[in-house]
Amino acid sequence: MRGKIDKKKWYSFKLFLLIAPFLVLVLLFSYYPLYGWLYAFYDYRPPRPFSDAEFVGLKWFKSLVENPVKIAQIWQVLKNTFVMSGITLGTSWLPMLFAVFMNELKCVPFRKFVQTVTTLPNFISWVLVYSVAFSLFNSTGMMNTLLMNLGLVKEPILFLQASDHVWLTQWLWLTWKNLGWAAIMYIAAISSIDDELFQAAKVDGATRMQTIRYITIPSLLPTFFVLLMMNIGNFLSNGMEQYYVFQNAFNKEHIQVLDLYVYNLAMGSGSYSVSVAISMLKSVVSVILLVVANWISKVTRGESFL
Amino acid sequence: MSKEAVVKKKKMRQSVGDMTLSITCYVIFSICALLCIYPFYYIFINTISANDLSARGAILFWPEGIHFKNYVSALNIDGLFQAAKISVGRTLIGTLGTVSASAFLGFMFTQDKMWHRKLWYRLIVATMYFNAGIIPWFLIMKNLHLTNNFWGYILPAIVSPFHIVLTKTFVESIPKELQEAAEIDGAGIMTIFFRIMIPVIKPIMATVAIFAAVNQWNAFQDTLLLVTDTKLYPLQFVLYQYLNQASSLSALANSTSSSSLAAAAATTQTATSIRMTITVIVVLPIMMVYPFFQKYFVKGIMIGAVKG
Repeated sequence: MRGKIDKKKWYSFKLFLLIAPFLVLVLLFSYYPLYGWLYAFYDYRPPRPFSDAEFVGLKWFKSLVENPVKIAQIWQVLKNTFVMSGITLGTSWLPMLFAVFMNELKCVPFRKFVQTVTTLPNFISWVLVYSVAFSLFNSTGMMNTLLMNLGLVKEPILFLQASDHVWLTQWLWLTWKNLGWAAIMYIAAISSIDDELFQAAKVDGATRMQTIRYITIPSLLPTFFVLLMMNIGNFLSNGMEQYYVFQNAFNKEHIQVLDLYVYNLAMGSGSYSVSVAISMLKSVVSVILLVVANWISKVTRGESFL
Repeated sequence: MSKEAVVKKKKMRQSVGDMTLSITCYVIFSICALLCIYPFYYIFINTISANDLSARGAILFWPEGIHFKNYVSALNIDGLFQAAKISVGRTLIGTLGTVSASAFLGFMFTQDKMWHRKLWYRLIVATMYFNAGIIPWFLIMKNLHLTNNFWGYILPAIVSPFHIVLTKTFVESIPKELQEAAEIDGAGIMTIFFRIMIPVIKPIMATVAIFAAVNQWNAFQDTLLLVTDTKLYPLQFVLYQYLNQASSLSALANSTSSSSLAAAAATTQTATSIRMTITVIVVLPIMMVYPFFQKYFVKGIMIGAVKG
């Protein structure tokens, strides 16, 4: 009898041992970096090893709120982050509408074609998006050639070096890349709506606009809500790749979002410790936002998404 | 007016409204499709047009002076061949690693008998929702001697929570009896995984493979953070460097004259031709793969949406 229990225990432990090597990888690459947060409390200057660094306590955190130059910088960075995330949140209904109206294309081959073509940009990297942007909008690019041929401008416009409308153009590129793919979720949700609803509406003489207004969109709202909550959780995380590839000396002020600022601070000016301090605050606030969004979802819909 | 006429009139109005909707949709989506196709088409026709014309930006809608020399001379572009090797290498090895690990872990996390199974599963899934930040990550990678190291591209990507959730969800949809029957026949856990599970979960492995491959091919940020050794640069990074150079050149404003200077003949490489040719080379694998595997991508996001 005892032997049997031990055997069972051994088997359950053996299963664990089989996945243990992978758990080590997760601990190394996802949890061990948390130890890197320690750098925020030391005066770390790269060529010298971390063991030589002096403990400075909360010095870097204090510098974020005491040094007026830093404050102005961070204020601008937060403004950029909030505006970019704000525009994304404010237009998060766009993929839903895109899907709803795509569903109105009754010619199936054309619809399939549009779907394939508009989702493609999601699968190219930001470097390639920048390459596309550069090809079209640099001084000898398609846009400038066209404008000059039409006689609308005499000198080429340096679109990519412009410091105005940075937020808007960045949002447009983001939308160009993501819209089609973001709509996929809704397209699948539409196809799962009970067909009888549409048939009934048709019998009642509803126009297609009315069908969209009273059947399609209400059925999509739950999906929309979940995605909206997830977006709130990601409010501070715009990612840095897009802004990194598009940044230059002229648009830097308006393009630096939090993720890019953290990178530039460390890799550009070597202020590793301050950068880690900001990273740390960002991670904590992000987790709080996620928990809050999840709580809202629980309270309003009785369902959590975590 | 008779009742019939009213109904008829109402129907007319409806169909007029419906027609407007239809036409608007076709127009709008045609524009959307065009916006997504034209940029790629524009770059492509420029790479096969006379290089002096493309450098001036004279090629807009169709190629002129067609030649394919740019693709032949691409082999001589500094570091491009080496970068292609790195890109292909990391895509093949990285994908293999991610697919095997996701299949294995996705299967193992359905084994109720495992010691503290839920805890380990949560440990992995939690990493989808938080991270320490890129700089702490970079500092740790440096401690682990994974900077300027090819394995720095591969190892962190092996355990990927999203793909594990996908696979686990798929395995859970398979009847438990399949495994139980094999257990009665005395098959061990590894035999069950290799002999019974793998053939059944092939569709989801294909989905994971395609996601992982695209991620590896497109990866840029890890090179930016971890690598200074030019031998380890992938294609994406080399392309970025060329773009960066071109961008600082054109910021000097007088670029029209400098680029026409560079373009002596129709087939000599110019900054523009190099930049665009690399772009096509980098984008082409995605263009080739995507339309055929689109259903796998869509399936992936659908299962993922069901949550883990």
